[in-house]
Order: sequence, then structure tokens, then C-alpha cells
Amino acid sequence: MTELNIIICVKQIPDPEAPLSDVSIDAENLEVVVDAPQVISPFDENALEAAIQLKEELDGKVTVLSMGKKLSDSVLRKALAAGADELILLEDNGFEKLDSHSTATVLAAAIKKIGSFDLVLAGRQAGDWDSGQVGLILGEMLGLPCISLAREITVEDGSVIVKKTVPEGYERVKAKLPALITVSNEVGELRYISRTRMLKMMRGGDIPAWTAEEIGVSDDAIEKMNIASLTTPPDMTRDCQFLEGSPDQQAAALVDVFVSLR
Amino acid sequence: MKEVLILGEVKDASLDPRILELLGAGKKLTEASGDKLSVLLMGDRVEDVAEAAASYGPDSVYKIEHPLLERFNADLWLAALEQACAEIKPSILLMSHSFIGMELGPRLAYRLDSRLTTDCIDLTIDSEDGRLLGTKPVSGGNAICVFKCAGQTQMVTVRGNVFPPAESGNAGGAIASINVTIDKSMSRLESLEIVEEDTVALDKANVVISGGAGLGDEDGFEMLEELAEALGKSFGSVMVGCSRMAVDKGWMSSDHQIGLTGTIIAPDIYVAVGISGAIQHLVGMVHSKKIIAINTDPSCNIFKVADYGIVEDFEQVVPALIKRLEEVL
Ligand SMILES: Cc1cc2nc3c(=O)[nH]c(=O)nc-3n(C[C@H](O)[C@H](O)[C@H](O)COP(=O)(O)OP(=O)(O)OC[C@H]3O[C@@H](n4cnc5c(N)ncnc54)[C@H](O)[C@@H]3O)c2cc1C
Ligand SMILES: Nc1ncnc2c1ncn2[C@@H]1O[C@H](COP(=O)(O)O)[C@@H](O)[C@H]1O
Repeated sequence: MTELNIIICVKQIPDPEAPLSDVSIDAENLEVVVDAPQVISPFDENALEAAIQLKEELDGKVTVLSMGKKLSDSVLRKALAAGADELILLEDNGFEKLDSHSTATVLAAAIKKIGSFDLVLAGRQAGDWDSGQVGLILGEMLGLPCISLAREITVEDGSVIVKKTVPEGYERVKAKLPALITVSNEVGELRYISRTRMLKMMRGGDIPAWTAEEIGVSDDAIEKMNIASLTTPPDMTRDCQFLEGSPDQQAAALVDVFVSLR
Repeated sequence: MKEVLILGEVKDASLDPRILELLGAGKKLTEASGDKLSVLLMGDRVEDVAEAAASYGPDSVYKIEHPLLERFNADLWLAALEQACAEIKPSILLMSHSFIGMELGPRLAYRLDSRLTTDCIDLTIDSEDGRLLGTKPVSGGNAICVFKCAGQTQMVTVRGNVFPPAESGNAGGAIASINVTIDKSMSRLESLEIVEEDTVALDKANVVISGGAGLGDEDGFEMLEELAEALGKSFGSVMVGCSRMAVDKGWMSSDHQIGLTGTIIAPDIYVAVGISGAIQHLVGMVHSKKIIAINTDPSCNIFKVADYGIVEDFEQVVPALIKRLEEVL
């Protein structure tokens, strides 16, 4: 078979694992303010690992697409350092807080501009708004077979075979290429990237950035999320009683707790 | 009259308990608005389930029966749903945030040219424009966002265990059949096999002992199994769960995962061992009655939501705990 052409959609977000104390709510501007560095959304890192493994096995090309108002190429170049071949930013003043449908519209337009591909990968859900929609809507827009919640992906003879999570365990499904797959964490963590490799990529060449106009997305084709309000969740904190002493003493104190709860 | 439609899932030829929660949510909406409430059921034969659903008092129950709908197939279910929605023209469509809802929701929203809000924990109607408002935790649970639903069919998926289930009501809602035209060629995926795994029903446990990245390897989970066994003698159903990190590392299968993208539980006692307490984990267990955490880092998040904390290497304290439990309980 000829080489495999994979397009993967990667979202840049503030670190979703930042401690609670670094997160605050700006209710007026309807924004979650996270005092933490930007990262690649975790499930997109899983998808990236899956893409790179496929490429290593079968040869081909991995193209990373990321859409936003202002993207940081130092965050996204990590994808190149991990082994992706090309990074394309979709950057425009209008590409901010788009709803899932509009995000998919922009990604679909960019994918059409790229032209040929065998697989489109997305994460199962982004770690900022936890929507879990863009991948599947994108698949519909592109008219592709859609496979969700992949834990293992293999390609053979022009078809993709995916182990996908289902309530009773997993299902192995097969679809003809090209196809869209949303990826879950079971595919495995993104590989370790050495500092030297990362630094080398940082100094690498320019990263292309396409505007809305360049991919033919007009203002009225995209809409912002329609948010009525954004508030702090109910307080979850409890008064923690620490059990002190040696491990044996701690264990004994905890057993007393269990006995009292019995 | 406007209509609120519920997509009912059928499980082992019976009514999935989640339908009752959706009916609870749907009744809350229609009691205020006076709109019609209905349930749609799909499968090979769903007559019995339709009757069961009708006894909870929706205004009507639709059934779509077709041999090709016997098992869930996203492409075929989607085609059938699209046709049914064209006929029923619901103003609101409620689905569970289940595997089925997560997969069908976004795709159906696209086909109906509507917009979907996923994983809602509350639903209300905007008093000014009558639109549906879906309340959804975002940023893992760090914030609560209210989204206004757009589109002709306002669509949401609803989180489980949030809405109180409907009680059986004035039965007598009519059961109607909807005919759909589907054929095999609409399915673009070929199912090669379904492998059943021993999945744990964590939401049924009285006590859940969970491990995270701090356990260091799979052996750590064996220690937790021993602890579970020791506690099982006094606490009934004790199960072992985990954080996503433990799944990522391949130590545990994903059905053990607790949290936003795993299972959401509220047992009597939750014990977190070597888990840092990221928000996406907390939302899955924070409603547990008592929370106990064992972690080497006194400043980690998990202690903020815990009732009892032990700052210690689990390898030191868990064996001591097992030994002591065996002596005392
Ligand atoms: C969209 C999204 C969805 C997610 N969904 C989920 C979900 O459903 N469930 C989930 O759990 N996570 C989920 N996550 C991931 C989550 O953000 C965290 O990455 C994850 O929960 C961390 O797992 P952990 O606490 O085991 O690992 P870490 O954060 O690495 O914590 C390990 C802890 O172990 C402690 N430790 C180390 N050694 C020892 C020792 N010897 N003894 C005792 N303690 C020790 C450390 O102090 C540390 O606190 C999600 C993330 C995103 C972005
Ligand atoms: N702005 C974006 N740029 C690139 N990919 C995105 C973007 N937003 C969402 N995606 C992709 O869609 C997936 C699901 O996102 P969501 O539906 O927003 O939860 C993500 O994991 C990404 O793969």
C-alpha cells in the first residue's frame, strides 16, 4: 500500500491539570482563567502518539492542525519534536471561543485545502470546555466513516481496524480509508521527548499560519459559544484530619476510622 | 404544541434506568412549559419496553422496530433517528451522556443542523426567549457554565445520577410506531467482534479503593486488592478503582477509571492512594460520604477534599493497614 497520510487536530489549552488554586473564574468576560502554561490538550497527545506509531510502521506523513486566535508555536512544536512532519496553524482574530460546530467548520475547510488524506484523528474531548463533539462533527462534515473512542488503531489493505471502547468491553470495527477516528487515552501516552530534540525543533523553520480568508471561511460561517453565565462550582473542600505518627500508628488510627464508619 | 423528546436506551431488553432520570428531567421542563413529553425507543422488538416506559407517564412513546436495529450501530441508529426527528420535529431532544449519547449526539446535531450541549447537570428554560439552557461543568469541573441551546431542535446529553428518576405516573400515553427506511449499506463500519471484558460496576460498591500514578507499578494494585479483601469482611462490596494515569500506564483497564471520562461514583467510603486529586478525578468521587487519602505530598489537592489524610509512602502504610485490619475486623 502507498504511504499513509494522517491529519491530526490538536488543540492548545491552558494546562487542564493545574491545581485548583491556580484557577479562577472571570464571570464578566465568561472566562476560566488558568494561571498555568499552555499545553497540548491531553487526548490530542494520545492521538498524536497513535499517529506517529502508524507512520513509523507504515511510512507516511503526519500533519498537525491547530486552530485558535493566537497560538504559541513553542507549545505546538512539541508535536514536531515528537515526530510529526508538518504543523499548520489556523490563526485568525475570529477564531476565538468558537462553538463545536464552527470549530469543525474551520478544521474541515483547512483539511479540504490540504486535499488528500487517509485518516483524520482528533481527541475524544478537549480539556478546556470538555465538549467532546468536534471530532465527530468534523467526520460528518467530511462525509467520512466515524469511529469513536479508539484504544488501538491498525491499518491494512486500505482499511483501518480499530478497537473501540463499548460498555461491555471493546469492539473491533473495520472501515475503508479515508476515515475519522476520535482517540481515547488507552492508546497510550505521548512518547518522551528529549530536551535537545525539543530545543532543536524550537529553532526549526517557520510554521505556516492560515487565516480564515485563506481557507475560505467567512464570518457568517462561524459562531461563538452562546454562554449565558459562568460561575464557580460549589465548594468541595473538607476539613482534612491528618493521622500522624509512624506508619504503624497511622494504620492503627485509620483502622479506628474504619471501625467508626462500619 | 412543542414536544420534548427523550431518546431511550434499551438494555438487555429492559428499560435502562437512565431513561427514568431523563423522564425526571423532561417532566421538570414540560411541567413548566406545558409542552408534550415523549420517549423514543429503538431496537429489534421494543414493545415490552415501550409499555414499561409508558407507565411513567410520558404523553407518548414512539417505537422504531427493525431487525437491523437489534444491536447498537451508530450509522444505522443515526439514520433512523434522523428520519424520526424529521417526523416528530421535537423542539428539545434529551439523550444520556452514555456511550450511545456521546456518539450519536454530535453527529445527529450536525445532520439536524442543530447545536448540542453535552454532559448537562441541569436544564432550565430561559424565561425571556423560551430557549433551553443547559448547565454543564467545564474545565474539568473548575467552572459551571450555562449554555443557551441553538437550533430548531435544541439538543443536550445529560449526566447520569444527577436528575432524580421519574416515579411511575398516569399511564395511558399512546404507543405509536414510526417506520424508517434503513438498509445495511448505510453502515460504514464492519463489526469484526465484540470482546466482553469483566467490567467492574464501581457505582455499586460501598467502598472504593483507588490507586494512581503514585503506586509506581502494577504490583501496587495487588496491594490494593489485598486491602479491598481485608475490608470486604466488614463492608460488603469493596472494589478497586483508579485514576486515569493508572489506565494510561496500562496498569488497570479503563472500566476502573473514576472521574470525568470514567465512572462517577459516590460510595460510603472512598480511599485514594497515590492520587494527586486533579479536578477531572475529583468530579468523579467528591460526593463520596467519607474520603480518605494516602499520599506522600502534604500539599496535593486530594487532601483538600479528604476527611482523613495520611502523609506517607503507601508501601509503608498499606501493608501495616492490612495487617491491622486482619487483627481487628
Ligand atoms: C479532559 C480530561 C479528562 C480527564 N478525565 C479523567 C478521569 O476521568 N479520571 C482521572 O483520574 N483523571 C482524568 N484526567 C486526568 C487528570 O487530569 C490527571 O492527569 C490524573 O487524574 C492524574 O492521575 P494521578 O493522580 O494518578 O497521577 P499524578 O497526578 O501523577 O499523581 C500521583 C500522586 O502520587 C503521589 N505519590 C507518589 N509516590 C507515592 C507513594 N510512594 N505513596 C503515596 N503517594 C505517592 C504523588 O505525590 C502524587 O500526588 C482527565 C484529564 C483531562 C484533560
Ligand atoms: N481549536 C482546535 N484546534 C484543533 N483541534 C481542535 C480544536 N478544538 C477541538 N479540536 C479537536 O477536537 C477534539 C474534541 O474537542 P471538543 O469537541 O472541543 O471537546 C480535540 O481533542 C481536538 O482533537
